[in-house]
Amino acid sequence: MMDDTESTKLDEIRAEILEARKEQKTCVTICGGTGCHAYGCLKVAQAFVEEVKRQNLEDSVDVRTTGCHGFCERGPIVVIQPEGIFYQRIQVDDIKEVISETIKNKKIIDRLLYIEPRTKKSIILEKEVPFYKKQKRIIFGNNGFIDPTDIEDYIALDGYKALEKVLFDMTSEEVVAEIRASGLRGRGGAGFLTGKKWEICHDVNSNVKYVICNADEGDPGAYMDRSLLEGNPHSVIEGMIIGAYAIGASEGFVYVRMEYPLAVKNITLALEEARKIGLLGSSVLGSEFRFDIHIFRGAGAFVSGEETSLMASIEGRRAFPRQRPPFPAQEGLWGKPTNINNVETWANVPMIINKGADWYSQIGTKRSKGTKIFSLVGKINNTGLVEVPMGITLKEIIYDIGGGIKDSKKFKAVQTGGPSGGCIPASMLNLPIDFDTLTKAGSMMGSGGMIVMDEETCMVDVARYFLNFTQEESCGKCVPCRVGTKQLVDILTRITQGNGEERDIERLKDLSKTIKSGSLCGLGQTAPNPVLTTIRYFLNEYEAHIKEKSCPALACKNLIIYYIEPDKCVGCLLCLKNCPVEAISGERKKLHVIDQDLCIKCGVCLDVCPPKVMAVSKYTGKKKDRILKKATGQRVRK
Amino acid sequence: MEKDLNEFDKNQKELIHILHKIQAQYGYIPADMVSQISRHLKISESEIFGVLTFYKVFTLEPRGKHLITICMGTACHVRGAPAILDEFERKLNIKAGETTEDKMLTLETVNCVGACALGPIIIADNEYHGQMKTREVDKVIEKIKKEKRDNPE
Repeated sequence: MMDDTESTKLDEIRAEILEARKEQKTCVTICGGTGCHAYGCLKVAQAFVEEVKRQNLEDSVDVRTTGCHGFCERGPIVVIQPEGIFYQRIQVDDIKEVISETIKNKKIIDRLLYIEPRTKKSIILEKEVPFYKKQKRIIFGNNGFIDPTDIEDYIALDGYKALEKVLFDMTSEEVVAEIRASGLRGRGGAGFLTGKKWEICHDVNSNVKYVICNADEGDPGAYMDRSLLEGNPHSVIEGMIIGAYAIGASEGFVYVRMEYPLAVKNITLALEEARKIGLLGSSVLGSEFRFDIHIFRGAGAFVSGEETSLMASIEGRRAFPRQRPPFPAQEGLWGKPTNINNVETWANVPMIINKGADWYSQIGTKRSKGTKIFSLVGKINNTGLVEVPMGITLKEIIYDIGGGIKDSKKFKAVQTGGPSGGCIPASMLNLPIDFDTLTKAGSMMGSGGMIVMDEETCMVDVARYFLNFTQEESCGKCVPCRVGTKQLVDILTRITQGNGEERDIERLKDLSKTIKSGSLCGLGQTAPNPVLTTIRYFLNEYEAHIKEKSCPALACKNLIIYYIEPDKCVGCLLCLKNCPVEAISGERKKLHVIDQDLCIKCGVCLDVCPPKVMAVSKYTGKKKDRILKKATGQRVRK
Repeated sequence: MEKDLNEFDKNQKELIHILHKIQAQYGYIPADMVSQISRHLKISESEIFGVLTFYKVFTLEPRGKHLITICMGTACHVRGAPAILDEFERKLNIKAGETTEDKMLTLETVNCVGACALGPIIIADNEYHGQMKTREVDKVIEKIKKEKRDNPE
């Protein structure tokens, strides 16, 4: 199997790259993730290139647009290496100064530094930023150093070394055993043991086998897979090639959402580059192993993230799930044994091979090994992608890394696991996070979305939101899922509109049970979770909606009113001018009043009322009724 | 189109790739092309209609010249996306998924664009507008209308 001349080919390439990069240059790295794209990082990168040229620094300064750094909240992000100086919210106008001051004169520009909100201290180095400090970025860390469109960057950081090791020093059985020993569990949701899955597929006798990378990251609020594909596509490709070697597959697919255009672009390019140097093709790195990968763009169907649906989609059919067993590892794509893993799972593989299962299994908890990337979003100060060891507590993620709740509001719950998951209340903040603890709490790991909710988030409305989602995305094959989720949405909508009945909570529970037990795939089996967990932990909110017709979070439109406090209004005309339906009357320096009959509750008045005035309030329940009664009286007098 | 179809194998596995191509080229799937695809792939038209109506990306109706996409992901939802959608629907006098009468603008929602830090976020003709406020809806629409005035067809 060993072929000396060819096995060193990659080493030679790596040596050449390292030789060319021997001189340690200053490198300006600009985060190029989708978040920073939206903030305009491309213009920033372009401006850096031009300014470096203008100041004749091309020989001593590199400019590199890298993968996502994770701290999306502060984008566009620029890190100057090798020092690791961290500049945030950088604009095109700042660039000239960064080059002349920081790069030429080694002076720090204070206004571009990140200020820790609690201590008000400016932080210079990326590694000192609290957001990164508690993280363990073993998968995600290289994103900040790699230009995803340049395979050399990946190879320079020991990329494809694991593949070489596998191809020339290990049998397929040894690879499977190593992954099994690492304890790696699938990062797509259910958490099945990856090594076990590989083993089943490896043991099936068939000349044709497939591997698939599930990049149909459909959970709203989760985007770590996209950031890996966009930011470090070769780590995923390397994982897939190793997996294919282990199970004996010669063809692979990356099934990627079409809503992620940048991911599609970067993975396409990465595959082309990999083919060019023989990492894919009829003889991978000169060995006898033959393997290639195709890209399949999804077409906007959440259910195609379910493995049997995904395979139906690749086959050119509607993404309908089917009965298991037979499992895909036995009978998958076109009836052949197929191993499907999620993006993050694949990205773990090269590292496990390089550093060994023993090293890997030291990280994490007893039954959940390694790290997990979460997308920490919602009402949180530091929105972004965080990679943490399994077993870390929710509190550490939300407060130490996430910097607490936005606008000093009160934490209410965190939703994990996307539409299949559930809401975990404040009382469980000390919960160590892993696959099993989350399931026990009624939620699940899912793909790793973590949506933080504060006192202004209505839990009944959140349940309605998720059910509305699953109901729309139900493929319609199983009646309990198709019809049942519709009924759940109807009941929840009714409750949020103030028309709930006392028996509705029991109805919701009953229906949920039926849907869970009567559905074929994960979508239906887990769809009721958001309803069940919110009832379990936030029953009082359901009761307030049903019995008192009030929404304690002041979120449900039909149950609240906007009201201008007479003792606070200064008569500035701002709300009056901005009201889209002219429901506000008043004159300059005189009290403004909202006509409750005309008001559409869009909230613009609250938005525009100056922070030091804050005259617009929301009311619900009895207080709302009192104000409405008074207002009607006023109109009658007029 | 006949020629374009010949690029693809005569196998059902090509169906979604073909539909992507037509959708990108025309902005929708013209119904008469379904029979051409059916002949090429040797599968029934009903099967093709089944597939193309199953996936949200494919449409049988032409869409507007401009596209406004509103992210309805969870992070955007808790940060007020429904109010933004309401405002667009009210201002444009169409519902999500519809196109204005003059075929200028299509309004659609998407489940998550994965830019959660910027929520609520909308995308107007590939340009991201993050941390949207209801009062900024007008500006986005005005920008598109202005372009229409500046470049009348």
